[in-house]
Amino acid sequence: MALVEIRDVYKSFQRDTQRIDVFTGLTLDMEAGSFTALMGPSGSGKSTLLNLVAGLDKPTSGVVRVGGVEVSAMSPGQLAGWRASNIGFVFQSFNLLPVLTAYQNVELPLLLTNLSGRDRDERVKIALDVVGLSDRADHYPRQLSGGQEQRTAIARAIVADPTLILLDEPTGQLDAKSSQEVLTLLQRLNNEFNKTIIIVTHDAHAAERAKSTLHLEKGDLIEKRHMASAR
Amino acid sequence: MIPIVYNARSMMQRPVSTTFTAVGIALVVAVFIGMLALGQGLRAALARTGSDRNVIVLRKGADSELSSGIGRENARLIAASPHVAAAAGGGALLSPEVYVLIPLPRPSDSTAVANVVVRGVSDQAWSVRSNLQVIAGNRLQSGRSEVCVGRKLLGRFAHLEIGATLRFGGRDWNVVCHFSAGGSAFESEIWVENEQVMPVFRGDVFQSVTFRLKDPAAFEDAKRALEADPRLGVDVQRESVFYAGQIGILGIMLRALAIAITTIMAVGAIFGAVNTMYAAVASRTSEIAVLLTVGFRPWQVLLSFLAESALIALVGAVLGALLALPVNGIVTSTTNWSSFSEIAFSFRITPFLMLIGIAFGVVMGVVGGFFPAWQAARLRVVQALR
Amino acid sequence: MKYLHLVIANLRRHTLRTILTIASVALALFLFASLRTVLTTLHTNSQFGGARRLVSTNATGIVFVLPVSYANRIKSLRGVQSVSWANWFGGKYGENSRDFFAQFAVDPESYLGMYPEIELPPDQKEAFIRERTSAIIGKRLVDRYGWKLGQDVTIKGTIFPGDWTFTIRGIYTPTNPAIGDDVLLFHHAYLDERIGRPGIAGWFIVEIEDENNAGAIAKGIDDQFRNSSAATKTGTEQAFQASFATMLGNVSFLMGIIGTAVVFAILLVTANAMMMSARERTAEVAVMKTIGFSNRTLFGLVLAEAGFIALVGSALGLGFAKLLYPVVNFNGFGFLPGFNVTTMTMAWGALLAILLMLASGLVPAVRAARLPIVQALRRVE
Repeated sequence: MALVEIRDVYKSFQRDTQRIDVFTGLTLDMEAGSFTALMGPSGSGKSTLLNLVAGLDKPTSGVVRVGGVEVSAMSPGQLAGWRASNIGFVFQSFNLLPVLTAYQNVELPLLLTNLSGRDRDERVKIALDVVGLSDRADHYPRQLSGGQEQRTAIARAIVADPTLILLDEPTGQLDAKSSQEVLTLLQRLNNEFNKTIIIVTHDAHAAERAKSTLHLEKGDLIEKRHMASAR
Repeated sequence: MIPIVYNARSMMQRPVSTTFTAVGIALVVAVFIGMLALGQGLRAALARTGSDRNVIVLRKGADSELSSGIGRENARLIAASPHVAAAAGGGALLSPEVYVLIPLPRPSDSTAVANVVVRGVSDQAWSVRSNLQVIAGNRLQSGRSEVCVGRKLLGRFAHLEIGATLRFGGRDWNVVCHFSAGGSAFESEIWVENEQVMPVFRGDVFQSVTFRLKDPAAFEDAKRALEADPRLGVDVQRESVFYAGQIGILGIMLRALAIAITTIMAVGAIFGAVNTMYAAVASRTSEIAVLLTVGFRPWQVLLSFLAESALIALVGAVLGALLALPVNGIVTSTTNWSSFSEIAFSFRITPFLMLIGIAFGVVMGVVGGFFPAWQAARLRVVQALR
Repeated sequence: MKYLHLVIANLRRHTLRTILTIASVALALFLFASLRTVLTTLHTNSQFGGARRLVSTNATGIVFVLPVSYANRIKSLRGVQSVSWANWFGGKYGENSRDFFAQFAVDPESYLGMYPEIELPPDQKEAFIRERTSAIIGKRLVDRYGWKLGQDVTIKGTIFPGDWTFTIRGIYTPTNPAIGDDVLLFHHAYLDERIGRPGIAGWFIVEIEDENNAGAIAKGIDDQFRNSSAATKTGTEQAFQASFATMLGNVSFLMGIIGTAVVFAILLVTANAMMMSARERTAEVAVMKTIGFSNRTLFGLVLAEAGFIALVGSALGLGFAKLLYPVVNFNGFGFLPGFNVTTMTMAWGALLAILLMLASGLVPAVRAARLPIVQALRRVE
């Protein structure tokens, strides 16, 4: 069983009086431990696909299953709880809460668990260590560089030890050096910690770092290309 | 100058926020105008009660008609003074009067009692005192147990209709007329013939003597002459000054109350305006940056935001003034502690008062909007446009 | 709880806004407490009255006098323990009409005997009773004018003309605030002596043995003098006090209207601030939901924010009102002695605060809970 199973999914949006069809019967698998890049021009549905997998959105018809759980059939309340333990999401514009320190931002997902203060502290410290920001724990987002903010966001995404990490254009607002830092980190998460990663990007260099790439165009997969990459 | 249209449209962009701020200011302005109107009404009632052309004589040291006493002989002496104007039909235009308070039960609550003024007057009183007019029934006739009731008492106490019998001082009295007095304190009084009422109450003594000055400019002479007379032992004041002074501690209390309440509310409303304007500025940093880039000067930006704040406040203030308007003319009553008597008066809203209220509202808006506007003016373009 | 730092952090996002909003709530509740206290004070004072004391006034009106000789006839009635009398003097001190305080001419021994609430040291009491031209004053007059024991004080008579000089022989403290701590009491005999027509009393105070006989004895007194030159009207002291309260007219109505306007205005300010904050945070709410925070949790967080503002603001406002008035010894120009915020008023204030929290926080909280994640995120990206 693949970690992510997308079966015959249709998805359309209503914008004013126009109906926009994003997916018309998409079927797709992604294995556990994979590191997949989703590429395609704007409007091709990459972000929508990510939202469907994360349970942020529901397909018009069809089934989305993650880790054997039928995400497409769950209620918003159930999905919230499910997301807390199973998904780590990273946005293009970081979306850290400016009023919280890096530490407190990373801690957020753990507040939804029953862990004690001490356990939470341990995990936050580990996550910050993995992304290499232990010395910046008490800084506010405005005191961090773009790359550091994004790495904090990644730490927040992994702190609850989710099965799946989803990233939507993570390097879109970063300079070359910071992009490299982030991508290296992602590779490490995939290789060392066996995290399944799906990254939406239009940056070919970013896609190169992934183990496989999917191209979407007008809601259809047009080709699968396997890249040989160092393990 | 940055066109005001920009501010007007921007206000519309945040309708809820703008409305809430405006309504907050409206409420403060309404209460402010209401309280001013209360004080103004009381002051007007008392002020209208006295005329510059008249003089009121009280016993030396008395601070109200109630605590004064002037004997018959002294009243005759005063009448003989050359300063007193002559009446149309001969004699002096002078009115010696009795002033007492009687308890009348309030119809709404029988245990509640109001002390109402009963004034024993002579025939001359109707000419000496100002603005008096019998509005219903017939004038008091000499030698009868008759009373004439002031307009403001009607409807607030029982047995005051024409033809009714009012009982006080151990006797029955017939109500034969109602009178108006230009909105003054007299309208809260019951008038009787002074000879009728003297034996009932305090005996052969008047409380005050009021007369028309033969020459209004000669007040000082009249005052000196009468006060110097060792036989009399009196204090002499212009009627207008005396009644204005009767507002006494009640006036002070009302003023203190008005200031305290309005200040607190105003501060709250200003805080609201500050919040709103800061938020408005914060959400429009890119717009401000554009304005500055285009070439407008910082002080023009400052003025623009101040104007916006003032505009919101103006809308609110006008709304508040309109909200307060219905209160105009409502009759209320209280006890004037100077004379211990019940006085009824109407709330009085003048155009001037409304203007003050509106101006006050705008000032609140400007004060509240100042610091946010200052911040907008000091915006650094480069940071805002990044 | 563990989410507290999130609530606090959000409030610190716009510290100035939070402070101003809290201040507005504090102001509103201060005003509310003050206005309500005017009403409660008037009410409490109107309830004052010794259960065993009756007051007799001239039936024609309180401005008319009664003969002091009535005292003996009243005393001889069954059930009457003692009788005293007093006159309102109504003199002026100084030129300022704000320097207003009550002066009464009393029969010292019987009056003080009847009013244990007027407390003063026995030696001062003795000195007062002994000296005809002496007076005792309330504590507040000492604070206001700096008068001392043994000092001479001159009052200008208005009803009883002339300059009246008294020597201060005692300073009293009222055990019940309704008595007023700013009164001057002097000898009725001195009044008699100087005015030349002795034996007039403003009113009588009658102390009875059994309070249950109040009605019967009052009627008995009035029956005695019904056909005399000056008929009496007798009632319990409490009824007498209560009639003064009604003299202030529509006070309660006025206070109520102002109070409502104030509370409403502040509600608007608070709600406005909350909604502004909520609007600016749509993106963050979306992110929190993405992370997995449930709608209910977010609802609670927003409400908690509103609650914090309401709680702190009301605590400040009510607390300040409670502390301020005793400290500055406010008594409303003498008309509101014993001005003190009651527990009931504080309770109403707290209730108001809760309503404020709900009214201002509910809409943003519901909005946050209902925010559709995907649309909100799309606005962000």
